[in-house]
Amino acid sequence: MKKIEAIIQPHKLEEVKEALKGIGIDGMTVTEVRGHGRQKGHKEVYRGMEYQVDLLPKIKLEIVVASERADEAIRTLVAAARTGKIGDGKIFVFDVAEAIRIRNDDRGETAL
Amino acid sequence: MLLLTAAAAAQTPPDLARRLDDLERGVKSAQSAGDNAWMLVSAALVLMMTGPGLALFYGGLVRRKNVLSTMMHSFILMAVVTVLWAVVGYSMAFGDWNRFVGGGEYLLLHNVGAAPNADYAPTIPQQTFMIYQLMFAIITPALISGAFAERMKFSAMLLFSTLWMFIVYFPMAHMVWGKGGLFNSTLSGTIPAFDFAGGTVVHISSGVSALVCALYLGHRKGYGVDPMRPHSLVLSTIGACLLWVGWFGFNAGSALAASPLATSAFVATHFATAAAALTWIAAEWIHKGKPTILGGISGAVAGLVAITPASGFVKPFPALLIGAAAGVVCYLMVSAVKSRFGYDDSLDAFGVHGAGGTLGAILTGIFATKEVNDVWSGKAMGMVDGNSSQVLNQLAACAVTWVLAAVGTFIILKICDALIGVRVSEQDEIEGLDLSMHGEEGYNFEA
Repeated sequence: MKKIEAIIQPHKLEEVKEALKGIGIDGMTVTEVRGHGRQKGHKEVYRGMEYQVDLLPKIKLEIVVASERADEAIRTLVAAARTGKIGDGKIFVFDVAEAIRIRNDDRGETAL
Repeated sequence: MLLLTAAAAAQTPPDLARRLDDLERGVKSAQSAGDNAWMLVSAALVLMMTGPGLALFYGGLVRRKNVLSTMMHSFILMAVVTVLWAVVGYSMAFGDWNRFVGGGEYLLLHNVGAAPNADYAPTIPQQTFMIYQLMFAIITPALISGAFAERMKFSAMLLFSTLWMFIVYFPMAHMVWGKGGLFNSTLSGTIPAFDFAGGTVVHISSGVSALVCALYLGHRKGYGVDPMRPHSLVLSTIGACLLWVGWFGFNAGSALAASPLATSAFVATHFATAAAALTWIAAEWIHKGKPTILGGISGAVAGLVAITPASGFVKPFPALLIGAAAGVVCYLMVSAVKSRFGYDDSLDAFGVHGAGGTLGAILTGIFATKEVNDVWSGKAMGMVDGNSSQVLNQLAACAVTWVLAAVGTFIILKICDALIGVRVSEQDEIEGLDLSMHGEEGYNFEA
């Protein structure tokens, strides 16, 4: 099993969700986060006082899939989340040791 | 027949006199009813300026962790000042004793009832006048809280505000509006200065006191390093718009009657506010590249402040000029002067109220005219009437206000510091005053 953690633009969330649904991936966890990579922040001015805002709002989306589906999921995700501009985000992939469904104790891929 | 006519003729005069009396009483009571209705509405409008107006305006400008403590500053004064006013405040402000402070004739509101006070407002119950003036006393110390927001102890703020009412506000109100006060322009003041609705009493006094507080307390922790962006300009915008509307009660209500003068002050107030919002936005658009809503609402408040002393004395076009000047001057105060001198006036109480109030008081000396409000029975009033020396009287009133507010505030801060300490601990400041002072939070989304 692989965990795919994607940091994406907030306005791309709906498209990514729909695309993943389209290939049969329904389960996901979404968090509002702040961060920055190479993208520069922006300047805000309040009553003449300038503030450099470096940490920008992003969405962190986490899904766990069977290892053989990881490539497909990643390709779908990238295609849906890409605008081609700086700030599109990143994807990190992790090995998952175990998955457990709390309701009935299902283990492994059946728990996904 | 002849006898009957003669008898009727003899009867008519007493009847006519009685009817004339009735008519006169009826007219008086109708005028009193109209004036009283307007003044009670005005009093309510002025209270609305403090809560929710100022509470929202200031509350939105601070960081999220201090929103409640900042709103509390405004709210609690609605209660504290009311009690002070009932017991001694009204008497100290509007009693008649000497040039600087009122006497004790209205202590515990003795003799303040349905009968009008002919010196102040001859057509409304003195009780209406009293409650209307109370609303001014409430907002003034609340304005100062913009300078010490996010770092003053709540207990110290209570003690400070209470002492400040006695040492600065009540004497100021007496000097400018009280019978026999030093600067009273209609009730035999020594140096008559025009202040229609409180440019000196409310705005210069609170603005200058705010500056002293900012200097005395020092910077908020992390000032200039940590981002201290307003946490909700949505709240601030709602608050500023409530201030704009409430200010009609403040300025037009200061006519103390539902009169054409009230209309004139209403128009002047509105015009100055609109002009100031535009010039502030224009200045920052040129200076920093973008027009902002914070600039717009700050400009509007600056315009309201500057027109306050002038509102009942100037025509509509001078009002536009006064507002236009206030927008630019106050913008420069908060964007350039503050950073040049480095004081941390958290919410710009000095930059807007101190500077805008002083500008307005001086411009009142230029634009006040008997064509709007002939308080001196035909004598020239401001520079536009040909009385250039009025500007000097205005400057004198400003100077006395600056000195009284600055010295008074410094002494009060020293007393508060010695008794209970004025500033919260570093740990409390980091945690935020909502939690450390009040044990509650403004936004519990998971609740």
